[in-house]
Amino acid sequence: MENATGKRAAPLSVQLEFGGGAELLFDGVRKHQVNLPNQPEPWNVRHLLVWIKENLLKERPELFVQGDSVRPGILVLINDADWELMGNLDYELQDQDHVVFISTLHGG
Amino acid sequence: LVDHDVVELNNLHRQVLHRESRLGRSKAHSAAAALKELNSAGRYVPYELVLSPTTALELVRAYDIVADCSDNVPTRYLVNDACVLAGKPLVSASALRLEGQLTVYNFQGGPCYRCLFPKPPPPETVTNCADGGVLGVVPGILGSLQALEVLKIASGMGSSVSRSMLLFDALEGRFRHIKLRPRDPKCAVCGDRPSLTTLQDYEIFCGSSATDKCRRLCLLSSEERISVEEYRKILDSQIAHVLVDVRPLVEVEICCLPKSLHVPLNKLERKDEKCLKSLYQKIHEEKQKAGGSMVFPVYVVCKLGNDSQKAVRILQELPYDELGLISIKDIKGGLMAWADKIDQEFPQY
Repeated sequence: MENATGKRAAPLSVQLEFGGGAELLFDGVRKHQVNLPNQPEPWNVRHLLVWIKENLLKERPELFVQGDSVRPGILVLINDADWELMGNLDYELQDQDHVVFISTLHGG
Repeated sequence: LVDHDVVELNNLHRQVLHRESRLGRSKAHSAAAALKELNSAGRYVPYELVLSPTTALELVRAYDIVADCSDNVPTRYLVNDACVLAGKPLVSASALRLEGQLTVYNFQGGPCYRCLFPKPPPPETVTNCADGGVLGVVPGILGSLQALEVLKIASGMGSSVSRSMLLFDALEGRFRHIKLRPRDPKCAVCGDRPSLTTLQDYEIFCGSSATDKCRRLCLLSSEERISVEEYRKILDSQIAHVLVDVRPLVEVEICCLPKSLHVPLNKLERKDEKCLKSLYQKIHEEKQKAGGSMVFPVYVVCKLGNDSQKAVRILQELPYDELGLISIKDIKGGLMAWADKIDQEFPQY
């Protein structure tokens, strides 16, 4: 499927994973295989966060997102690499990507 | 070995250098004594002090490698900044519940803690081991891995977790090795033009205190609270009331007081209809049984007496016509105070 700018924005299936306590905001469920619907622009992580907030996050969104990014203390991994290496919010999601949100631990 | 704290019973499952025979003794000395028993040839130097911005830099400068085994956010930033300013590698491990994380910071062009986390997490999102719990084996595994990295760095073999992080998931029995960003040239402490050149006040920076002791919340006035001794009298004299336990289910499954009604705080917070209905019903029933038109007492309890205060506030705002005339108070110090002062058989966790 092509849109006006000629870019593909077909539906995507991505695996989301939450850990380090972040899963507690999602009823304790760590892994979610989700289908992202067709949209005019290609899906990036910025869009994904909005989608998560609207579709998966049941309560207290401020414990997960802040502004258009994740709150301080959450590390985002795209296919096992720090999202800073992948373009951060602008990373364009590919079908079957694995996106992990890890809350950093401080205890010992 | 730096620690200002003393050995407590609830440390022993995860802090394996300490033992029952050293309860109440300084942790720094207890750890040194345990190590000396293992190998008397080593030199173990206990520092019985709080690592603070005034002491940290001098201390870190005296050593070649630093291992961060601390339990709170301000200390993690403090140790990081001291290591960057002193130019020492930092082997950092942390654990909570069934997970652990290991990274070497400030080593061979890799990032420091601040490169990864320029801003501290909001205090309400931080869970410590004392509050959230940790399976004792998990810090043991992370501690061993930490020791491995210290030995590798000390012997010139380098580190396999610099510029990367090892995540351990005890439930799935899985390690995951992730690649991290390099040093951030704009980092406030290790960047090309650092804005931080001395240590700062990390408790202010993080908005939380440098301890993993549970904070005492003071939300309610003393008229809105009762002590465990007062609650015992209420039970003994069989005064009609409803006791609401607002802890998470996993904790209620460990132990609870008889006849308490379980309504977890998170369900109260989102005004879960089913939960509220069962609460209204229970209060209504007990009120009927008591038969009087008196102000009916409802008591709220949790583990330590923090969540119970939040729950009282929520309950006080519920519509009057559903509940009728009731008084809502919480039990100060919660079930742990009950275990401490009233019933020594009651589990402490």
